[in-house]
Amino acid sequence: MTTATPGRPLPVPTPETQHFWEGTALGELRLQRCRACATTYFPPQAFCPACSADDIELVQSSGRGSLYSYVITHLAAPGFDASYVIAVVELDEGPRLLTNIVGVEPDPDALPLDLPVEVVYDLVGQITLPMFRPRTP
Amino acid sequence: MTRPPSVTIVGAAETAEIGTVALSSLGLATDAARRALADCALTPADVDGVAISGLNPYLPTFVAHSLGIEARWVDATMVGGCSNLLHLRHAAAAISTGQCDVVLVTHGESGRSHRGGPVFRPGPDSWQGQFELPYGTAGPMTLLTLGALRFLRDRGLDRSALARVVVTQREWAARNPRALRRDPIDIDGVLDAPLVAYPFTRPMCCVTTDAGGAVVVTSAERARDLPRPPVHVLGTGEASGAAMASQMPDLTSSDAFRRAGAAAFGAAGLTPSDIDHAMLYDATASIPLMALEDLGLVPRGESGAFVADGHTAIGGRLPVNTNGGGLNYTHSGMYGMYALQESIRQLRGEAAAQIGGVATSLTHAIGGMFQAAATAILSAEAS
Repeated sequence: MTTATPGRPLPVPTPETQHFWEGTALGELRLQRCRACATTYFPPQAFCPACSADDIELVQSSGRGSLYSYVITHLAAPGFDASYVIAVVELDEGPRLLTNIVGVEPDPDALPLDLPVEVVYDLVGQITLPMFRPRTP
Repeated sequence: MTRPPSVTIVGAAETAEIGTVALSSLGLATDAARRALADCALTPADVDGVAISGLNPYLPTFVAHSLGIEARWVDATMVGGCSNLLHLRHAAAAISTGQCDVVLVTHGESGRSHRGGPVFRPGPDSWQGQFELPYGTAGPMTLLTLGALRFLRDRGLDRSALARVVVTQREWAARNPRALRRDPIDIDGVLDAPLVAYPFTRPMCCVTTDAGGAVVVTSAERARDLPRPPVHVLGTGEASGAAMASQMPDLTSSDAFRRAGAAAFGAAGLTPSDIDHAMLYDATASIPLMALEDLGLVPRGESGAFVADGHTAIGGRLPVNTNGGGLNYTHSGMYGMYALQESIRQLRGEAAAQIGGVATSLTHAIGGMFQAAATAILSAEAS
């Protein structure tokens, strides 16, 4: 899936987040895990937000999770056409991400909370955004 | 523990006009400031502390320059719409420790007309710019609202709980001649209105205005020489929350709300049952429900029933958002100042929708997208 719409805000990686965006380009959803306290966390940073340890490893998410909450926006951001789903997905590994739910009508009846979802990757301009779609068993 | 010296609000005012106003953000802030000073018969020469914040980090210097104030205490703390309550808290601490004597906390924002101020836009390399904006978040109505469906489901509620907040506050707004939205509305009218971001319709989202407000803060001792009945600052709290709405530990409850509220009650030596009146920052209809629970005004899970049973309404036991709230009255972008103004009016007995027997009022505000919060407990009495 590729979309590139003028005016759409796109991420610019920082040194702390470079690995995340390099991962999405390869089809990997990279999280970080603290070897000291076993916390898996997001957003990316070089030390653990729970215990401040800096013994951190990259772990690859399964890309599977569930629909924690969402809105169906009728306000369109630059580069978007309303309506669309802005969601918080809870990954099986624990962290939550803000994302879009794609591959489904933006209709509450199609989007019950806790709906199982899986990651899909969307190349937008030069950067690959992780998004989610309903998961079929 | 010895209580710190009592600090009071001696002057308070909003801008002469709200809505669409032919003033810049700075002009609104100084209009409110001059009116607040006039309210307590002080002049800029009496003021030695200035607090204001907005998207221009140097705002206190503009206000001081414009009014001719020689400040020896400055606070530009900016954590969104609760900032003015942090200023009040910081001013109280500064006055009680002798850093300054008379603090002007002011606010002005051309939130509708966008005159004279920058527009907030996180950079593409910020956390928001990398992890939220690329998904088409379109401002507060798509971020403050993110956890609402989960909130409603967890509490066994549906969208009518949000509509009930609007209906109740619209009844208060009908008594406030300055409120923008004053027409009666019923549950179906709210639910059937145009969608902004499902489950939120337009009446569940705040108005957008040009407006300003200011307060003058000084010691209780100094207040004795001034004309208006002082409003005593009994206790305050402030707290930081998750830096992104999507990263709140629980999107149905704000940890910042809980900590700010607990700090204010602890400092005041009061409990939620002592509160007669509450102003709960309402950029959306969901936030007052969260605040009722997070401040301990009702047990977790009971906010919807509390509102539906009429306890926050006219004649209820805990009137809430009696100016009509940000949903109906005014919201220029940082609503905390207007919530504070209504608490002061109720304690002075001069509110448009005045209620009887208000000894203690609580003002609570959110900053950013649940990124910060502040609470102030105020009283007409010293303790």
